[in-house]
Amino acid sequence: MKKLLVSPAPHIHGQESTSKLMRDVIIALSPSVAVSVIFFGLSAIKLVLVGVLSAVILEYLIQKYLMKTKVTIGDYSAIVTGLLLALNLPPSAPWWIALIGSAVAIGVAKMTFGGLGQNLFNPALVGRVFLLVSFPVIMTDWAIPESFITGADASSGATALSIVKEGLSRGMTMDQIFNANNFSYGEMLLSKIGGSVGEVSSLALLLGFIYLLARKVITAHIPLSIIGTVMLITGIFYLADPLHYPDPVFSVLTGGILIGAIFMATDYVTSPMSKKGMVLFGAGIGLITVLIRYFGAYPEGVSFAILIMNATVPLINMFFKPKRFGKEVKNG
Amino acid sequence: MSRTFSLGGIHPHDKKISANREIGEFPLVDTAYISMSQHLGSLSEPVVAKGDRVLTGQLIAKSTGFISANIHSPYTGIIHNIEPWPDLSGNMVLHIIVKVEEDEWIKGIDLDPSVERNIKLSKEEIIKRIAECGIVGLGGAAFPTHIKLTPPPGKKADILIINGAECEPYLTSDYRLMMEKAEELLVGTKIMMKALGVEKAVIGIEENKPGAIKKLKDTARKDYSEIEIESLKKRYPQGGEKQLIDALVRRRVPSMGLPIDVGVVVQNVGTAVAVYEAVQKNKPLIDGIVTITGDCLPDQRNFRLRVGTTFEKIIDVVGGMPQEAVKVLSGGPMMGKAISKLTAATVKSTSGILFLSQEQTKRAPENNCIRCSKCVQACPMGLEPYLLNKLARASRMDDLEENMIQDCIECGCCAYTCPSCIPLLDNIRIAKASVLKIMRSRARK
Repeated sequence: MKKLLVSPAPHIHGQESTSKLMRDVIIALSPSVAVSVIFFGLSAIKLVLVGVLSAVILEYLIQKYLMKTKVTIGDYSAIVTGLLLALNLPPSAPWWIALIGSAVAIGVAKMTFGGLGQNLFNPALVGRVFLLVSFPVIMTDWAIPESFITGADASSGATALSIVKEGLSRGMTMDQIFNANNFSYGEMLLSKIGGSVGEVSSLALLLGFIYLLARKVITAHIPLSIIGTVMLITGIFYLADPLHYPDPVFSVLTGGILIGAIFMATDYVTSPMSKKGMVLFGAGIGLITVLIRYFGAYPEGVSFAILIMNATVPLINMFFKPKRFGKEVKNG
Repeated sequence: MSRTFSLGGIHPHDKKISANREIGEFPLVDTAYISMSQHLGSLSEPVVAKGDRVLTGQLIAKSTGFISANIHSPYTGIIHNIEPWPDLSGNMVLHIIVKVEEDEWIKGIDLDPSVERNIKLSKEEIIKRIAECGIVGLGGAAFPTHIKLTPPPGKKADILIINGAECEPYLTSDYRLMMEKAEELLVGTKIMMKALGVEKAVIGIEENKPGAIKKLKDTARKDYSEIEIESLKKRYPQGGEKQLIDALVRRRVPSMGLPIDVGVVVQNVGTAVAVYEAVQKNKPLIDGIVTITGDCLPDQRNFRLRVGTTFEKIIDVVGGMPQEAVKVLSGGPMMGKAISKLTAATVKSTSGILFLSQEQTKRAPENNCIRCSKCVQACPMGLEPYLLNKLARASRMDDLEENMIQDCIECGCCAYTCPSCIPLLDNIRIAKASVLKIMRSRARK
């Protein structure tokens, strides 16, 4: 008689897999990659390629020869880490910056904790912050490299937020800064100048956001909570003193809020498990970001805010449980 | 606007491929194997001996103790033996084995198919009759129905819910019953309303069964206006007792509580028809509607199948074991039981037999938890399966209880959604049994 397979229920699986989810994240990032190639040409291609390849190769080498465990590059999570790291670099950064960033992201932030699912901090952000404090000049040089597609000449640039911060410190008002630099919201939405590789176009990032939501890869809790909190707090400052504080829309469209909220803070491993926890996590990131921008040394601050909140995730998971079905306990 | 339950849930493909097959009569078998454990509670005790001749519908084993049920012979024949035989789980359980002869029903059972609408029995007589006829819940747990219809002192039901959700993929036995026995189902519902003394009953049906919703609404409109027919969104596990109550009347059964704690009694549509047959026709529970299905079967069927039919016999009747089939289930793919021995026989609550191929049921290798929280979002009880799994592997019983593992309804949504293919429910199920044991021993003290 035929041998029958016996195992406990459920007997079917939804066919979701880690690699499918990661593939969706890569697809969601592709509009931003495409726009960055259009604007920054070879420099963007070079950074993305070096970032992704070094992340994947390093993960392979570490797992195969150092940890001697199962090699998991097939889950594509290393590609996502490398890609996010590259997209968070200034377009003018040399190729070896991406290599060092990936090495820190994979080697230090991911593998030392035990690989995917074990790390406390977002690997790509650890890589970026490591670079920021180690190579401050390269990491804040927002020169725009020549693009073979748009034909734009190489020019020097600064991020909108650093221009604002500098302008304010010289005693200018917001209006004067805006007029002096020809800032426009349309430009910021489609193709902001001055910023990291991946945040050239807010629209491309939002496109990715919609894709992730439609594919149910992420829920909107964290991104909306971050964006809402930033708008709320910057809105209060703006209403109190419109001459010296940027308006909330400007604050959200600049300085990596979108790429951070949509792609970095939503990293499964380093974000909370319950919806209540996610909202609190997002609100914390929004608050810390604004505090860093207005009272700290860095004009941006999203990376630090996310890393700080990453550290609170185990606590959030402990105290913010999902809504239980039968709260009231009977004959407990 | 269709209703649904408030937390979690998943949307597996419903695969109701046998939905349009009318209920057929299953051919008589040569030998029937009747388990003494067809219900939740203590084993029934045989009242016949080896060599006795029994008639169809004759009492062959009686209820022992408070939670137990009578068992009647599904066939006419000679008692061949009374011995342990492997049941659906592969455990050796006492079975009465009958060599089947030509069908001869015991006197007193009304076999006329016309619908008997007039309920003559009193409340007490109804419950007595249901107990005598060995009716058990046909939704899965096989809890003796007469006990469910007798709320404990101090508890009172004000609404009866009839479960026609049939949210398990593939199964269509409840659907066929609603289509073909609509009026019997409504009379059965009225009988249970009378037994419980409730004024209101709701039948909940998922909207992927529009035929059944229409059929019951049309039938109920005439003479059964006190019974509401409510359509539900398609979502698993809608047919879970707690989820169904939440969906239909927005009441939440407390943790470790029963539906009666919120004034509700839930019965399955199959049970309602069995109650009708017992009370109006004096027919004991000896058969039920069983869906025999699977993508690898050439022909999917719905049968009226008598208790005690072996899986071997069923496979013969549907054309032999399909080449691709590697797993045979009693029940649906989400909560059904995988059968190890085809010599096992069906019981009262068997509702479906499903054949799955290697590809459909293969378990992918387990990967690291990536904390995607998909299991948390899918859990209809608002639990954290990833955490329970981790705590279960470490046997941290206090923390498991603190995180309410005892509330798990074992629906399998967590394991179904997990992208890392972690067998979450396997680990949770085992730990839950231990935690419940600890809780019970503490309550006894």
